[in-house]
Amino acid sequence: MSNDRLRDFSNTGIAGRLGVPRVPLLRRHEPGRPLLPGPALVSAVGAGRFAKPIGALVEESGQSVVESAGEDKLAAVVLDLTAAASLADLAAAQQILTPAVRKIAPSGRLLVLGPEPAEASTGEAAAVAQALDGLVRSIGKELRAGATANLLVVAADALPAAVDSSVRFFLSARSAYVDGQVVHVGVPVGAPQDPVGMDDPIDPDRPLAGRVAVVTGAARGIGAAIADTLARDGASIVAVDIPAAGENLAKVANRTAGVALQLDITAADAPERLLGHLRERHGGVDLVVHNAGITRDKLLANMDAARWDSVLAVNLAAQLRINDALLTDETVLREAGRIVCVSSQSGIAGNRGQTNYAASKAGIIGMVRAYAPRFAERGATINAVAPGFIETEMTQKMPLGTREAGRRVNSLRQGGLPVDVAETIGWLGQSSSGGVNGQVVRVCGQSILGA
Amino acid sequence: MAAKTRQTRQAAVIGGNRIPFARANGKYARASNLDMLTATLDGLVARYGLAGERLGEVVAGAVLKHSRDFNLTREAVLGSRLAPSTPAYDVQQACGTGLEAAIAVSNKIRLGQIESGVAGGVDTASDAPIAVNEDLRRILVALNGARSASARLKLLGKLRPGQIVPEIPQNSEPRTGLSMGEHAAITAKEWGVSREAQDELAAASHRHLAAAYDRGFFDDLVTPYLGVTRDDNLRPDSSVEKLAKLKPVFGRGEDATMTAGNSTPLTDGSALVLLGSDEWAAEHKLPVLAHFVDAETAAVDYVHGRDGLLTAPVYAVPRLLERNGLTLQDFDFYEIHEAFASTVLATLKAWEDPAFSKERLGLDSPLGSIDRSRLNVNGSSLAAGHPFAATGGRIVASLAKALHEKGSGRGLISICAAGGQGVVAILEAVK
Ligand SMILES: NC(=O)c1ccc[n+]([C@@H]2O[C@H](COP(=O)([O-])OP(=O)(O)OC[C@H]3O[C@@H](n4cnc5c(N)ncnc54)[C@H](O)[C@@H]3O)[C@@H](O)[C@H]2O)c1
Repeated sequence: MSNDRLRDFSNTGIAGRLGVPRVPLLRRHEPGRPLLPGPALVSAVGAGRFAKPIGALVEESGQSVVESAGEDKLAAVVLDLTAAASLADLAAAQQILTPAVRKIAPSGRLLVLGPEPAEASTGEAAAVAQALDGLVRSIGKELRAGATANLLVVAADALPAAVDSSVRFFLSARSAYVDGQVVHVGVPVGAPQDPVGMDDPIDPDRPLAGRVAVVTGAARGIGAAIADTLARDGASIVAVDIPAAGENLAKVANRTAGVALQLDITAADAPERLLGHLRERHGGVDLVVHNAGITRDKLLANMDAARWDSVLAVNLAAQLRINDALLTDETVLREAGRIVCVSSQSGIAGNRGQTNYAASKAGIIGMVRAYAPRFAERGATINAVAPGFIETEMTQKMPLGTREAGRRVNSLRQGGLPVDVAETIGWLGQSSSGGVNGQVVRVCGQSILGA
Repeated sequence: MAAKTRQTRQAAVIGGNRIPFARANGKYARASNLDMLTATLDGLVARYGLAGERLGEVVAGAVLKHSRDFNLTREAVLGSRLAPSTPAYDVQQACGTGLEAAIAVSNKIRLGQIESGVAGGVDTASDAPIAVNEDLRRILVALNGARSASARLKLLGKLRPGQIVPEIPQNSEPRTGLSMGEHAAITAKEWGVSREAQDELAAASHRHLAAAYDRGFFDDLVTPYLGVTRDDNLRPDSSVEKLAKLKPVFGRGEDATMTAGNSTPLTDGSALVLLGSDEWAAEHKLPVLAHFVDAETAAVDYVHGRDGLLTAPVYAVPRLLERNGLTLQDFDFYEIHEAFASTVLATLKAWEDPAFSKERLGLDSPLGSIDRSRLNVNGSSLAAGHPFAATGGRIVASLAKALHEKGSGRGLISICAAGGQGVVAILEAVK
């Protein structure tokens, strides 16, 4: 889908001669394609314990690994700074990164792994850990041509296997529109798993094989893309939407070889009906994606109770009730269950005319953080994704000026696609992503709004 | 000795799907039977996760059918997400089509010939097949067979403007020339069915259907189509007072009690049910809503005899009850198709009438009356509309779901059909 005319035009010869800044075409995941299209620089400062396994991962995927920047373009730069504790370590990092960023290929990936500031034993170590935040976010703003920069903050006791799915995601084309993000990775929740790739290797092309995923609001837009993407990655789909959207919902269910469940998630008996369906028809659920959402925009001064209530009912109350039911019920949410809630940039930055919507979407973030330890007790996780400007029917209806502004105010200078949100959810939904819990991941191309 | 008699097993109603019914020449005016049937099948496939699945058989039909649709159901299967290796065939028994299809599929399941199947029907009164008139048809057939240009020219010379007048299918009985409504009016008069009683039944149908929609009863029975999300004949605010204002359209003078409000309108739509063996349902983690217990058909001589066109179910039900050792009162739900409100009421009166029961049904005592609060509890054809061949599928799925919700009991289905026929059946809840 491309209705971004500027992006298309900026990639033509005439635009180049006119000096129109190029809007990059982002590399996106296609099944069967290798993890990276070129070599990766993988390095560490000090005794980082991740560089080696990550190097192995890259080699196993068929690409070569270099230790310092040379002549070749780099598809990825991975720097393990988990052992960085001093300003000298930080300076060493700069020495590695400066030549490396010059060589980053279009749609390249810069991924830094850093220590958890809260676990630092000295003030200097804490400062250095936190410094990575500013460093990586700034690199994100400097990189061009669709390249991204992200930071994984890893707990001291997390083994390399804990970061495996996250490293793969951030290196791959699946994370095309995820930029400038800081994600904390801890010891995976639930019963200790065998290190990934040992007993039960996950097929990188079908990482959700055998998992049952329910997606609300799946009849169109981002929800339909989530269903398609999770199905592509091997999940069985339970596509939920209001009965009135059933015609499209059936199409989504059939093209993903899934099941359509016509259900208004705000109905009094919705949690019971949803859980009953999951229990009886699928023997449980592995991944719940709370995507259904509505907007009823109005300035607060003109806001009526109906607009307020309907937005809060769909976007927040329904999720709370379903999550409560999933926690209380012992039979539906399976071991390694994953909940992903779709928040929004508006919930982080606020947005004029969207007090109700932004309140609901910020509420989701509060909910996710509060529920994370409770789901962890069940071996499950709950996270949020917060899309920025995503090209959908909804955004296509915006006035041109607002739409253009919305698209360009991020490091990638374009709107994201529904599939970008979907890929992020697919990563969080994997059984091997148990180290990521209670997090909010923005899918916004590093938007300047709310950052 | 012939082959060993096979032990029969239960046939399960697993669920259903229909599209909202729409008044003729309205929202579905441009949809063909094949379009609607395919969409309904795909909705069923989506609800039960059957994409790519080979089912035992799909059986459906249409009453108003284009000649190009000679293999309608098979074409719908090929256009759907079911595996193309799913066999299909068409049936047609006027308004009994959908129920007859369900009987055919459940019988094969009971005999172990198939494990699963889909049954139902579709009809459009908007895209009705229009035939060329008989004179013109003869010339066109001859033209097609003519060998020389001169022979063709000679035939073309025979064309006259009058031959262009098309033949539009009539909603009338070929042997009496009377419309179904006129036939029903005769029966209504014979049984003294009052206008008020008819309007009450019609209002109840609308009220029940609207309430069923409101409580989400149809969330897993209906899939919207072409932007229509509810049956568009439904008038949730219908009342006896409003219905009383309508002018009669069938019958004459004082006996004219039948209006557009207490008769079903011409409707477009489609409905299917999913049937299977209990084992097949369990293997697919699908619910068994009810068992399809037994069925009976009957026909009456409405041309020369004394019986009304739509009264065959009056005869079919006692035979079905007798075979199953049941009385008319042994049911928790009665689904009596509302072709006309008067048809339902006349049917009930016949079962209550001692003289009729003795003389015509050959019963020592009448079947008796039913608890009216158990009749068409989720609305019926007066409110939903009646796309002829679709009605059976609508009723079987809705009744099965009602039985499942109740968790026990039995339901009786009674459908009258053109040609003086009737199809009736019993469903039973699964304990
Ligand atoms: N499009 C964007 O740029 C953007 C940005 C940030 C966040 N989001 C969020 O992403 C999610 C999907 O957005 P979209 O753009 O695809 O919207 P959309 O309107 O295209 O799709 C939302 C779907 O949710 C369904 N839905 C609404 N109420 C429901 C209910 N009560 N029960 C079940 N389903 C219901 C709708 O029928 C619809 O199919 C929403 O939560 C939205 O807030 C979107």
